Amino acid sequence: MVTLGDYLLVSALLFTIGFAGAMLRRNIIVILMSLELMLNAANLSLVAFSRFHVDRAGLPNYNAQVFVFFIITVAAAEVAVGLALIVALYRSRQTTHVEDLTGLKF
Amino acid sequence: MNSLLPWFILLLPLASASVIILFTRRFKRVSSFISVATAVAGFVASFLLFRQAGPSAAPLTWIDFPGVFTVPLGFSLDGLSKTMLLVVTGVGSLIHIYSLGYMRDEEGQSRYFAALSLFMFAMIGIVLANNFVMLFIFWELVGFTSYVLIGHWFDRDAAAEAAKKAFLTNRVGDFGFMLGILMIWMPTRSIVFQDIEAAMPQTGLTPGYLTIAALLIFCGAAAKSAQFPLHVWLPDAMEGPTPVSALIHAATMVAAGVYMLVRVAFIIQASPDALTVIAWIGTITAVMAALIATQQNDIKKILAYSTLSQLGYMVMAVGLASKEAAMFHLFTHAFFKALLFLGAGSIIIMLHHEQNIWKMGGLARKLPITFLTFTIGALALMGCPPFSGFFSKDAILALAYQNNPWIFAVGLFTAFLTAFYVTRLLVVVFLGKPRTAEAQGGDEAPLVMTGPLIILAAFSVLAGFAFFAQRFLALPQETEVSAVVPALATLAMVGGVGLGFFIYRNRTGERFDIALLRHRFYVDEFYSWLIDSTQEALARLSAFIDRWIIDAGVVRGASGGAWGAGAILRLVQVGNLQAYVFLFGLGIVVLIYFTVFR
Amino acid sequence: MMAPWLFWIFALLMLIFGAAVVINRNPVASALSLVVSFLGLSALFISLDAFFIGIIQILVYAGAVMVLFLFIIMLLDLRAEKLRRINWIASAGGIVVALAFFIQVSYVVGHLKAASQGFPPLPKSTGDDVRNIGLLLFTNYNLPFQIIGVLVLVATVGVIVLSRKESR
Repeated sequence: MVTLGDYLLVSALLFTIGFAGAMLRRNIIVILMSLELMLNAANLSLVAFSRFHVDRAGLPNYNAQVFVFFIITVAAAEVAVGLALIVALYRSRQTTHVEDLTGLKF
Repeated sequence: MNSLLPWFILLLPLASASVIILFTRRFKRVSSFISVATAVAGFVASFLLFRQAGPSAAPLTWIDFPGVFTVPLGFSLDGLSKTMLLVVTGVGSLIHIYSLGYMRDEEGQSRYFAALSLFMFAMIGIVLANNFVMLFIFWELVGFTSYVLIGHWFDRDAAAEAAKKAFLTNRVGDFGFMLGILMIWMPTRSIVFQDIEAAMPQTGLTPGYLTIAALLIFCGAAAKSAQFPLHVWLPDAMEGPTPVSALIHAATMVAAGVYMLVRVAFIIQASPDALTVIAWIGTITAVMAALIATQQNDIKKILAYSTLSQLGYMVMAVGLASKEAAMFHLFTHAFFKALLFLGAGSIIIMLHHEQNIWKMGGLARKLPITFLTFTIGALALMGCPPFSGFFSKDAILALAYQNNPWIFAVGLFTAFLTAFYVTRLLVVVFLGKPRTAEAQGGDEAPLVMTGPLIILAAFSVLAGFAFFAQRFLALPQETEVSAVVPALATLAMVGGVGLGFFIYRNRTGERFDIALLRHRFYVDEFYSWLIDSTQEALARLSAFIDRWIIDAGVVRGASGGAWGAGAILRLVQVGNLQAYVFLFGLGIVVLIYFTVFR
Repeated sequence: MMAPWLFWIFALLMLIFGAAVVINRNPVASALSLVVSFLGLSALFISLDAFFIGIIQILVYAGAVMVLFLFIIMLLDLRAEKLRRINWIASAGGIVVALAFFIQVSYVVGHLKAASQGFPPLPKSTGDDVRNIGLLLFTNYNLPFQIIGVLVLVATVGVIVLSRKESR
């Protein structure tokens, strides 16, 4: 039997992979992908909880799924803006490598 | 109508000044005639007011905090103020008329006459005020108009400096005056003279408090009446036009201090110590100014120091607790001193603004009317019987004789000096031969100038006689000693005249050169040294505070602190995205640890 | 619900390709791994009876977002990055933090009572979750829905502004 805990652990693993990717990788596009991984890990646990809480009418809790819907929409917008930023950045700096981006350093 | 008359007298000159400033600035003749007309109208109204013995106008309430502080706008209409009003408007009118001639060719005529009208307004306000606040406001206004008029020829550095000096010196005195008013107000809770007088006996003040209050009030009078040690501004004020010197710095404004002392005599006489101090200050001023006057070469400066000296006599009389004697001398002095200044003005204008007496000489033939009237004024000033100055000075000297022999001795010596330097002035200016080309030409001044001279000369003769003066004043009582004092005074006068005539007849230059007197006892030098050194010390102190506490401590400290904190914090800002993410994750882990596992 | 072995297969698929996203040096390979990982994820969604979410996961991510990624990668002509000097301390620190995070979360999940329970069965097959979600969207969540719409519009405008060529 697959339990709720299994889904949550898989979700946590995926999140950790994304988190590690964001920390370790230096290509800004891959970092953006890692962000997507983390977002979707959160989505997975949300949908698992949604399925877990079945109400009296025998329906899963759709609130969580609406939330996931919003997250996917916002994530799509975020990816679009993020990629546009990367393009602009690449135009001015000719790089996508975060170690070359030291504008914040004093 | 009757109760409105004081308002009319007070506001007429203000209206004149306003009209001149607002509308007729461009039209010099119109401005001057408006001013003269209002001055004469004011005199006529004052005369009407003097003749009527009606009750004064009901005071209006200006500022009212019930039970705490009430300032009425009211008039004190007694013999004192009515007489003073007559003097102010009478002498003022004559000087207005005289100014028509004196200022005929001046550019700033409108400004001059507006200021003159404003001065009349302020001076009448001082005379009529029935409370300290009104008095103080007009007091300041008088100071301001004096400033404007001294600096009338403001493009001359000396005039501008003199105006500043007069204003600042008066501020010193006025500050004390204000403190004195507050000290009187605190126990009596009133600023109206009559109420204070009624409340004074019940307050049970200590003598020390009263002495300080009286001396602080006297401080204001000392500045305005140019008493030692605040006398330094008056000689310099002679930079103003001569009619101004006559009106403001001889006849009226400088007498305002004495008038104020007489008005509040009930306060001053409550403290014997204050009286003594005041009497001695008056005495010192009288003799010091007379000594200085013997060594001056500027005709107006000589007259200025004689004014100082005579004001010293008046203050001496106040200090000897006789307001009648003070007012009597003020009354006569107003006429003969205005006369002397106007006479000097005629000479000056004839010699094209030459004021050095050693460049004059032999003017008696060129300016007969001026010579005659000037001589009358001079005789009155030195106290020659039967001219007016004799009577009033005699009253003061008799008073001193009774009360304090030392003051009497000094007063007598001053009378001698007065006769001496006035004789010197007369001899050098009018007798002998002309010493410069300018003194040879020239004509008698026009009628607008000689007319006032003649009228003032008549008053200088008349004003001392009891039958004339007692219509206006309460005269000091005659006493038995009066035989000794006039004899001594006349003797001193004759001695002074003789000595002066003997020394200065047919001389072309000063015979003595007494540096101490020529430099006016070095008071000005002392003041500039004092101000310089205190200013220097204060400047050093504030520079130190600025440099080491504000700059180094607060400003540099704040910037250094911010800089240092930034230098430490910037170590955190590595500028590496990965490091931020790492720290962010570390933060999350720590956060979870603290929320879940603790 | 689907059989447990299918869950594990899809979960493994998702995790392995998720790890591949991070590990691959070539961004194109990373992007393609991401697609596969999301395919596994959407299969997991479907295993949870969330058909609508599973479908839009494929449509939005595999269909739109990944295309965008690939497009940008090609646009910028990114190659596999050269092996730079690896900062071992920083990498070790990152791995430690990530592991610490995972341990914490698994500890929490392990102590969650509900975590050991299976999913309750759904009484009837609910094929119309699109309708249910749509109902919620247009009733309870109408205002957020509108706001999201505005957000997308703003993002669109922002992207255009950002990627416009500087014309001076």
